[in-house]
Amino acid sequence: MDLSGISPILLLASLMVASTPILLAALGELVVERAGILNLGVEGMMITGAITGFATAVATGSPVLGFLGAAAGGAALSVLFAVLVLWLKSNQVATGLALTLFGLGLASLVGQSYNGIRAPEMADITIPVLSELPVLGPILFQHDWVVYLGLALVAAVWWFLRTQAGLTLRAVGENHEAAHALGYKVLRLRFFAILFGGACAGLGGAYLSLVRVPQWTEGVTAGAGWIALAIVVFASWRPLRLLLGAWLFGGISVLQLNLQAANVPVPVEVLSMAPYVITILVLVLISSGRGRAALAAPGSLGQPFHASR
Amino acid sequence: MSEVLLAIRGLTKAYPGVVANSEVSFDIRPASVHALLGENGAGKSTLVKTIYGLVRPDAGAMVLAGQAYAPPEPRAARAAGVAMVFQHFSLFDALNVAENIALGMENPPALGVLAQRITEVSREYGLPLDPRRTVGDLSAGERQRVEIIRCLLQSPRLLIMDEPTSVLTPQEVEILFRTLRQLRDEGLAILYISHKLEEIRALCEEATILRGGRVVATCDPRSTSARQMAEMMVGGTLKTPTRAASVGGEVVLEVQGLTAAPTRLHGQALRDVTFSVSRGEVLGIGGVAGNGQDELLLALSGEMRVAPGMVRLRSDPIGSLRPSERRARGLLCAPEERNGHAAASDMTLTENALLTGRVREGLARRGFVDWSAARGFAERIIASFDVRTPGPQATARSLSGGNLQKFVIGREILQRPDVLVVNQPTWGVDASAAASIRQALLDLASKGAAVVVVSQDLDELMEISDRFAALNEGRLSPARPAHGLTVEEIGLLLGGAHGMEVAHHAH
Amino acid sequence: MIVLEKRPAPSRGWALATPVLAVLATMVVGGLLFAALGKDPVLAIRTIFWDPLFGDFASYTRPQLLIKAGPLILIAIGLSFGFRAGIWNIGAEGQYVLGALTGAAVGLAFYPSESRLIFPLMVLAGALGGMAWALIPALLKVRFGTNEILVSLMLVYVATNLLAYAALGPLQNPEGMGFPGSRNLAQWPAAANLDLLPGTGVHWGVVAAGLAVIAAYILLSRHVFGFAVRLAGQSPRAAAFAGVSPSGLVYACMAISGALAGLAGVFEVTGPAGQISIDFNVSYGFTAIIVAFLGRLHPVGILLAGLLMALTYIGGEMAQTQLGLPAAAVQLFQGMLLFFLLAMDLLTTYRLRLGHQRVTATRPVATQPHPAGGTR
Repeated sequence: MDLSGISPILLLASLMVASTPILLAALGELVVERAGILNLGVEGMMITGAITGFATAVATGSPVLGFLGAAAGGAALSVLFAVLVLWLKSNQVATGLALTLFGLGLASLVGQSYNGIRAPEMADITIPVLSELPVLGPILFQHDWVVYLGLALVAAVWWFLRTQAGLTLRAVGENHEAAHALGYKVLRLRFFAILFGGACAGLGGAYLSLVRVPQWTEGVTAGAGWIALAIVVFASWRPLRLLLGAWLFGGISVLQLNLQAANVPVPVEVLSMAPYVITILVLVLISSGRGRAALAAPGSLGQPFHASR
Repeated sequence: MSEVLLAIRGLTKAYPGVVANSEVSFDIRPASVHALLGENGAGKSTLVKTIYGLVRPDAGAMVLAGQAYAPPEPRAARAAGVAMVFQHFSLFDALNVAENIALGMENPPALGVLAQRITEVSREYGLPLDPRRTVGDLSAGERQRVEIIRCLLQSPRLLIMDEPTSVLTPQEVEILFRTLRQLRDEGLAILYISHKLEEIRALCEEATILRGGRVVATCDPRSTSARQMAEMMVGGTLKTPTRAASVGGEVVLEVQGLTAAPTRLHGQALRDVTFSVSRGEVLGIGGVAGNGQDELLLALSGEMRVAPGMVRLRSDPIGSLRPSERRARGLLCAPEERNGHAAASDMTLTENALLTGRVREGLARRGFVDWSAARGFAERIIASFDVRTPGPQATARSLSGGNLQKFVIGREILQRPDVLVVNQPTWGVDASAAASIRQALLDLASKGAAVVVVSQDLDELMEISDRFAALNEGRLSPARPAHGLTVEEIGLLLGGAHGMEVAHHAH
Repeated sequence: MIVLEKRPAPSRGWALATPVLAVLATMVVGGLLFAALGKDPVLAIRTIFWDPLFGDFASYTRPQLLIKAGPLILIAIGLSFGFRAGIWNIGAEGQYVLGALTGAAVGLAFYPSESRLIFPLMVLAGALGGMAWALIPALLKVRFGTNEILVSLMLVYVATNLLAYAALGPLQNPEGMGFPGSRNLAQWPAAANLDLLPGTGVHWGVVAAGLAVIAAYILLSRHVFGFAVRLAGQSPRAAAFAGVSPSGLVYACMAISGALAGLAGVFEVTGPAGQISIDFNVSYGFTAIIVAFLGRLHPVGILLAGLLMALTYIGGEMAQTQLGLPAAAVQLFQGMLLFFLLAMDLLTTYRLRLGHQRVTATRPVATQPHPAGGTR
């Protein structure tokens, strides 16, 4: 075992990268849940984004177009969910699960012809001056653009929830009957929220297949979508805490990979189950005690809305 | 009389199976308070939703200040100067007062500016309100102030108020009326929906009475008696429940120092609640909703378990027993919410009969349900309590509010309880069903059961209670003989005007 | 414009018809998909739905059908209790793996004994293993209010890692020349779960599935527990009022589904799979979710849905070898089926009307308050 090979700076830098896919997916889900909808299909939308993004990038040679394709793919899948849940009034839990199963099948079908192909490279953007800073430079300012996009989106969502439109979104999620009585278009608003959630999940998935791995492998998301769902609960539906949660889980997965590489005398399987076990432990901590997470949940979360007369 | 602000002409709206409004026509004048009277289901609700743009009529037209008026959505209604104070559907518990108000405005100013204006308006009309407080923590009266101020900030021409006093203490009603009269004197037209006739007589200059979706009468409430109006509403004569004189029996249910945390967010904790009920007695517990009624019911039914000695039945401690164990011993309950609490909406009446009747009616043997016995029990309830339904296979949801309530109360009464606790037994129930439910409760008491009636309807409590106690912020006042209590005394027991002290801090 | 109108009671006719319609719609859209993949759609549909039952190799595929349907039905029956009550155990896959692991571990501890008690003991251990795994999310939900969907799902990933660890470590066949995987249990008579009638595919797991269907039917229609489950699902507050303990129900439903998934696991590892290996689990736990919904959470429905889903597995394999249809196409097909079913559920609870409602009566038929519209 050799722990000296683990550099704290590199660890933190790769944490930023490792947390990006979960961050993107969780951020989308946060907006969806703030609008009162529980979409358990994050995993399915992520993996769909992973393959559509990968396919687009391979076809065009452009990772940027790849990410656009991923957002489109995730959003397209979320439209299915939205139609079922919003207009056909189907059960949100069951529909979300169906979306995940469907997405996994779709991705593996489309992905058949992409096995073993490498994704086009994506360059890091080193931010002048700031990246020269000792310690902070490599940790924060020498990444690809998607990492910065994730951070920017967190800030954007944080800001959005404070605007008039964001207030409306929160109101719809809090009490859809009241919002309807005031004349707000509950379903339309939720539709756009779900679309945003799908696009974000797609981006997150593509980050896995285009940057993290970077090639197409079946089941590339490996539960990242579910962890994203858990992080939304962890964050009590608040964007800045979401960032913290994503970093925490990014850190754990990076650490366990580093420990595997350093041959610590713990079975590999135990290390690779660590992120999941820790997710459970964190959920328990968050759910118990005085500041119970469930109390912060949007009031109408998961409930069907049928406009009364 | 003078000019007309809103003219309503021949409004008709039908839903499958029900004509909610049929050829409704009347006028609302500026600077007046116009009452809209009717029983539940008379079509008041549909009518005001049409005026507010939430419902589109099948036929008919409206003219607002000389212009054709057909709002496709509430936004348009608000733009035209029509504002509405809802009672139940339009506040967001998790948001603060200013955010709630912003949501109901067309072009709200920045929250800081808005907060300033809220404080100004609330001072001007004597409606104290702190714009930064979370709405979920407000009392019912304060929540109503949020709605009113939200409307006033839009400078409306017509203000619609839907059952505004049902959640207020008598003192709060006085404050509200003072505000409404001030608004009327400033030229505002107010459409006031209620079934409380004395209030209408005190406040309104004109009244339109709906029955079965039609306008059946108009009158000047200042010169019409409450009884006359009631009979126009119901379309027949009313009978007052009768009862045998009660005799003081032994104490059956005793609640001692009942203290419990709220069961949900924005709920109310119970604080040291103490009371007792005797055989043959009806104890009325009054109070504005949200002051611990739900929690008290849960603690009595066994859905919330407390220390054993806090609840005693025939001096046995039962505070820690489960609902079915309490039923077996003779303590039965009927919660307020019919659909989804007292009954499962999508289940049949047979299944709903089994829901509470299993133990006392012997509807299950060694864990296996005797469905024919359950059906028999459901049929007995239907027959004994005149429940209008095709039969025991109908779902609870398909019954009207009054019929389902008769079923729920009947289900418990037929199980021969020693103690029956009911919450809001006639809430949202038409007058004839309400009368028969009250009569059934009185009959039960005269047969020797102890009855606890929790209600917001003070008239109801005065009519059927032997003793009266008030629940306010989780505390229960000592019970006093109901006979001879004045409205002012009751009002003070109910806590006077909630939240007025906040105002003094805010200024 | 189409207007939705809630029915006074869910329609029984549509409840029966929608699964059939969903299957038909899936066949149509699936056929289009296969055509898009360049396959003859009619041939593909026939290969998947017809050939396993009546094709040239039916004598081989029919027993296979039961072998696949057994675990699916067993797991789905268990899930149906929780799903009815609003308790979402999504981690049956993990409980299935744990059942296989504990069952195999208990059996292998006695290797090479030939005692007749070994197999029953393994079955018991498997059921308990699956149950224990399912009780983790149950306990956390009751004690801490943790979301059971997320926890049960996370435990799937933990379980598959445990499986890999066991296959390469403690349970590895000492005579296996270093290959991953345990001893072959199907070749050890004391532990083997073979066809009870040779060549029929009916092993103990299939028998257990049949018994589970019957037991579930009786529980749901006649027993107080079944009533409590249905009540809690339709109206949690009414259930609490009736005296159903919410936490007791969580434990009971999770324990039942975990035990049945564990049983499915142990029957699989001692029979069709034969050994603990890294790729032992093949998503039965997830497919069973589709089976449960497709069967309308009703025991008889689940029986039929399980057989249908097994058919798509077998037929899918045949289409793979004979037509070169990708394996993933079948997975997609199954997901699509669930989508169509959920979409069509609308017809059971709502009535569709075209255009605006007409004035159907000139006098009020009944003056009942509208669901959300009564002035209170």
